[in-house]
Amino acid sequence: MLIQWINTALRQIPTWVLYLILPIPGLLAIAAGLTDNLGPEPINELEEELGEFALKLLILGLAVSPLLHLTRINLVRFRRAIGVMAFAYVTAHFLVWFLLDLQGLNQIWTEIAKRPYVTVGFAGFVAMIPLALTSNDRSVRRLGRFWRILHRLTYLVAILAGLHFIMLSKGFDVEALAHMVVILAFLALRVGKWRRGVLSGLQGLRKKLIG
Amino acid sequence: MAHRWTNTLTRADVTPEPLWLNRRQLIAGALGAGATASIASPALAETLEPNTWEHITSYNNFYEFGTDKEDPAAHAHRLNTSGWEIEVDGLVDAPGRYLVASLLDGLSEEERIYRFRCVEAWSMVVPWNGVELKDILDKVGVQPGAKYVAFETANRPDEMPGLRYPVLDWPYREGLRLDEALHPLTLMATGIYGKPIPNQNGAPIRLVVPWKYGFKSIKSIVRITLTDQEPATSWNMANAREYGFYSNVNPTVSHPRWSQATERKIGGGLFNRRQPTLMFNGYEAEVADLYKGMDLTRYF
Repeated sequence: MLIQWINTALRQIPTWVLYLILPIPGLLAIAAGLTDNLGPEPINELEEELGEFALKLLILGLAVSPLLHLTRINLVRFRRAIGVMAFAYVTAHFLVWFLLDLQGLNQIWTEIAKRPYVTVGFAGFVAMIPLALTSNDRSVRRLGRFWRILHRLTYLVAILAGLHFIMLSKGFDVEALAHMVVILAFLALRVGKWRRGVLSGLQGLRKKLIG
Repeated sequence: MAHRWTNTLTRADVTPEPLWLNRRQLIAGALGAGATASIASPALAETLEPNTWEHITSYNNFYEFGTDKEDPAAHAHRLNTSGWEIEVDGLVDAPGRYLVASLLDGLSEEERIYRFRCVEAWSMVVPWNGVELKDILDKVGVQPGAKYVAFETANRPDEMPGLRYPVLDWPYREGLRLDEALHPLTLMATGIYGKPIPNQNGAPIRLVVPWKYGFKSIKSIVRITLTDQEPATSWNMANAREYGFYSNVNPTVSHPRWSQATERKIGGGLFNRRQPTLMFNGYEAEVADLYKGMDLTRYF
């Protein structure tokens, strides 16, 4: 009942609403930076906020399908907007790093090559580009089966993003590790036999609990 | 005692620029044409303006209170610094537990405006108040066999919420070679801007070694040990490849995470430019002798 009600409510929301709502945290952070309200080190703060929000959107995108299987809550319609906005945040994160933090084209390749956490983060960004370029109905039709295969790159992107967060943290960072645990948990729910086993197990549990 | 080192960064450095340039020109004139060229060099032309109290006390690394820069300012009020004692042990003539006040009694406090360079490639200029570590060590009597000084930060989980997480192998530990510890630049700070040092900056007493990366300047010290062996230090224990025992500021030795060639001084806003990092954080003339003949790429 509740789930039906939620799904009915979700169907009323046009997907373009996400393109209006999701940029807000990023725009607020940029506005705070421009008005000297991002603390003593606004460049790093902006970089971090954009990066962390991008990672949260990636995780939300990964959660869509397990959420459908486990609870029947259907967010599939919104997945493209979530993915495209994740790419927009990663792009903004990259631009802040490159233009404000690094401040120079001559350094970018040495940084990417020499610093493993930058290498991993940049690889994740590059892997998102074909996904963003094919996030339209025409590409879905034209690429057919290959589109689904191509968009499995999302899993790689999520792992690279989680790894990037862990690698750039000093010491044993609980927050970064927690993000990675969530990413791996969502991926585990998808992997072949694993998926069937875990899902049927959880569904059995759900039937037992809900009746 | 003290006043062995004369501060080159003073409040006069905050003088409005036209006056300041005038003063430089006067000096140049007095020294003659030969000196003019060197005074026009970038190293001398830089403006060394202390950071604001707000920035110094709100942007901190003090992982015992959390790993975000704003965590220490948010949580450090829980640390009770009254009746603070420091255990002095090892190769000293007068070991024991000392109240901070009794350890400082009779020593002359000075203001030192130092550059502060974090290994994360940001920097500040801080007007510290404190005493030279040498004066404290003289007081307790260093025995001839001592070669190193080890320090330990308070380890109070009830007052330091960050200790719940195994970010580092607690308690936080740092160390210096004895000659580094006895150097006149090495300070034990108890104040900033003439006010008592806030908890997030390491109250009631902390080390300040201005030519080393900030993490060497251990905070809220509860133990000082004189020893004949190089002590284990926290970041080195966590990742020896990235953090050496010496950790001298050195723009030519790159860190796997951050280029150390440049730094960004806190407080410059969203379009703040990077500036070149100076060898030994600008204290090369004072400390380079300590490392004569050492391969600084190996002993980083």
